[in-house]
Amino acid sequence: MEILVCVKRVPDAAENEIELNAEGTDIERGELVYSVNEADNYAVEEALQITGRVGGSVTVVTVGEEEDEDVLRRQMAMGAAHGALICDDAFRGSDGRGIAAILKAFVETAHYDLILTGVQADDGCAQVGGMLAAMLDYPFASLVTSIEVMDQRTLKIAREIEGGSREIHAIDLPCVLSVQTGINEPRYVGMRGIRQAASLPVSRLGAPELALALSYSGKINARVVRTDYFVPPAGKGAELLRGSREEIAGKLVELLKVKGGLN
Amino acid sequence: MDSIAHATFWFVSGRTLFACLHLLGLACFVFIAARRLQPLRAAQRDLRFDHPWTRLGRVLQYWLSQWRHPRFPYAGAMHLLIFAGFLILAGHAFALLGLGISDRFRPAESGGLYDAVREYAATVVFLCMIAAAGRRLILRPARYPRSADAIFLLALIAVLMAADGLFEGSYDAFTHRLAATYSLTWVVGQSFAHASATYLHRVHLGAYLAHEASFFFLLCYRPFGIQFHVETSLFSIYFAKLERGTVKPVRWGVAEEQLDSVASLGVKRFEDFTWKHILDFYSCADCGRCAEMCPAHAVGRPLAPRTFSIKGRDYLFRHYPVFAASCDGERLVGDVFSEDEIWSCTTCGACEAECPLLVEYIDKIVDLRRGLMDDGKAPQSLHKPLKSLESRGNPFGKMEKRRGDWAQGTAAVPVDGAGGAGTLYFADSITSYDERMQSIARAVARILERVEGSFGILGAKERDSGHDVRRFGEETLFQALRDHNSEAIRASGARRIVTADPHAFNALRHDYRDMPPVEHISQTIAHGVKSGAIRLKPADGATYTYHDPCYLGRHNGVYDDPRTAIDAIGGARRVEMKRSRDRSFCCGGGGLALFYEARERERMGVRRVRMAAEAGATTMVTACPFCLTNIEDAIKVAGLEGQMTAIDLAELVDRQMETPESPVAK
Repeated sequence: MEILVCVKRVPDAAENEIELNAEGTDIERGELVYSVNEADNYAVEEALQITGRVGGSVTVVTVGEEEDEDVLRRQMAMGAAHGALICDDAFRGSDGRGIAAILKAFVETAHYDLILTGVQADDGCAQVGGMLAAMLDYPFASLVTSIEVMDQRTLKIAREIEGGSREIHAIDLPCVLSVQTGINEPRYVGMRGIRQAASLPVSRLGAPELALALSYSGKINARVVRTDYFVPPAGKGAELLRGSREEIAGKLVELLKVKGGLN
Repeated sequence: MDSIAHATFWFVSGRTLFACLHLLGLACFVFIAARRLQPLRAAQRDLRFDHPWTRLGRVLQYWLSQWRHPRFPYAGAMHLLIFAGFLILAGHAFALLGLGISDRFRPAESGGLYDAVREYAATVVFLCMIAAAGRRLILRPARYPRSADAIFLLALIAVLMAADGLFEGSYDAFTHRLAATYSLTWVVGQSFAHASATYLHRVHLGAYLAHEASFFFLLCYRPFGIQFHVETSLFSIYFAKLERGTVKPVRWGVAEEQLDSVASLGVKRFEDFTWKHILDFYSCADCGRCAEMCPAHAVGRPLAPRTFSIKGRDYLFRHYPVFAASCDGERLVGDVFSEDEIWSCTTCGACEAECPLLVEYIDKIVDLRRGLMDDGKAPQSLHKPLKSLESRGNPFGKMEKRRGDWAQGTAAVPVDGAGGAGTLYFADSITSYDERMQSIARAVARILERVEGSFGILGAKERDSGHDVRRFGEETLFQALRDHNSEAIRASGARRIVTADPHAFNALRHDYRDMPPVEHISQTIAHGVKSGAIRLKPADGATYTYHDPCYLGRHNGVYDDPRTAIDAIGGARRVEMKRSRDRSFCCGGGGLALFYEARERERMGVRRVRMAAEAGATTMVTACPFCLTNIEDAIKVAGLEGQMTAIDLAELVDRQMETPESPVAK
């Protein structure tokens, strides 16, 4: 099975102090460290596990800048066979629809049975997967928590629904799935693996190769435009529960029920 | 009485029978030993042929003098007696072998000193076998598995000794010689005093046959179980690791720069172990001393060093059997060792400090972890800390520029290249970033200000020492961290490094190369106390106990300096926990171990805090930020808040330090 996984390089929320720039139009990016979007990492792992079971190969693709090659190489170190970096000035400033259009054009350059995305990017809107499916006229399922290959043309998938319950679906290939975190345990990629992947070829594509996408992509075609950032005001302080261990546990359960943390 | 060689056994002459028996026995042993050597040849290189004199010294200490045996008094004393007995009887056993072939091997004159000594030796060994069997069957110390094999071996040796007694005793009765009083031979001689010559002759021949049969059976049976250590221990000890606190290179003989081109890292198949480590699997005598000391085992983690060795050995026996074909197909990790088992070790070294045969565990565990890391099988909870170590140089994902923030308002000066301070304080990650542990850093700063005047820190240029990154098997990341720090330290021009983190201390001392001398703050303090540079106020009436951090004590031998410092506090009462010094009980582990979620019944720290309470302490003093983290948590978990507190040695000394203005200080 040929699987395409769409990945994105994002500032790692756990390793950065996110601050607004002076103009308030973007976050301060000078000292940020980046990594592959967490949900995308689960999607790559899932793809590798599927090809491990039924054969085939995994391709990772990203739409972005030169530096984004890093995350492709990290995913190739995990085991993805091919990497494609889509990078062009003409694509800069695309909205979700624009990115989906670029990816659609890329999908049509080859043959993929299954396309996976992460459920959403840390800095994204969880929209590209659905739009890509619609543009390709493929079936789509979101929040996928398990994938089982039934036969050559069908998958059995589970989706997470509110409250932690799961729905089971059958879905025809080719299709697009957005993968929920926790679907698997992604493998660790060490520094040695990344270094070894440094010499693997990554194909680069730009507007000429994907000309189709130009009518949707780029800043001029973006219909959704980011206008502002704001930092939420700090909330009220933490509440300290007091009393004996049993009393504290009782109060905690009470609070969790009231706030909807327990069903 | 006829000689053995000339006697007739069922129509066969003694000489023919025993020449065949001995040849057959020896041939069997040589064949078995050669098969047992096979996996050692298939294994990885291990450079253990250096320092022959040091190694011989260790053979004298740990093999001949049985140095570590008395650490367990009863079993130790027994082993000493049996071992001494075997050494004494070895010559006699060879003489006996010859006796079956030719009379020339019968000593011309018996009754000399050697005879008396060996008669007692055989008696003592015989009695020890009974005592040891009794211990295993009746007293059943928890550390022994219920092993029929062990009892069978004890019985075999007892038979061997009894046969020797019968053989010698019947001869003595015939010749009217008196053996050493109350020895086994003497008892036999006395009881056969009035037996007929024919009867004595038959007993004598029968005893010889029994002796030789059991001797060769034992010789050939030993390589199938725990008694193989009789043969292998000498080599295990000679080739044992000489230096403490280090980790073996990924591959002996492969330069670090070439590691990226090595196809596979670490131990994934059995043959990825080094030959010395395979020899260790043979040598383990399953005595269980390691498991009794292992903190992971004590809290119910799925690891016991002894079981680790025995599982490895049994796999080795199946994988390289003496007779049948190898039964391949078992995975080393997954079927033989579990991943949880491999990650459960805190590398505290308690097992290695205890093992009488100097079996190595940490290097094997680290090598297995390297294999898991290489296959992408790091525990999920370690992915984020490892990624942060890669991108930010600390496991918490904090910004590099915040690393020196703790130093605001202290005398610490971030060094900037040329010249720099003579003394460099290396704080390491947890002390730099963790709000609670920053108190240690500030205490160290005040102590260093007192004894040194000025000192520097690397500040934002410092990265994690990588100590536990290496011990968790991420060698490449460790090397990157080490190279970064090494360069920063060299650029600082520091002539001495001080740290309060034993993990950093161990890394800088043993894992880094060409560093200026490294000192732990407890050594600085002890020196300051002795020289009078540090004067301490009397204590507040707390009862202190000192918890030895593994990487300060066991791995680096610093036991007394921290105690000297505490004892310099006037009126301070200090008690020792039962498990102290090289038997210290790990708090739960430092570095990445903080992020690993082990399967366990109880936390190691909680165990440790209870030990301190049992010793009657009210304040646990330690000298490691990880110990402090684990112990402070454990005090809460154990419900001992209000009764027990924990403090770092540097904090304690800082608290008790006389102010410079006071007249006693100068």
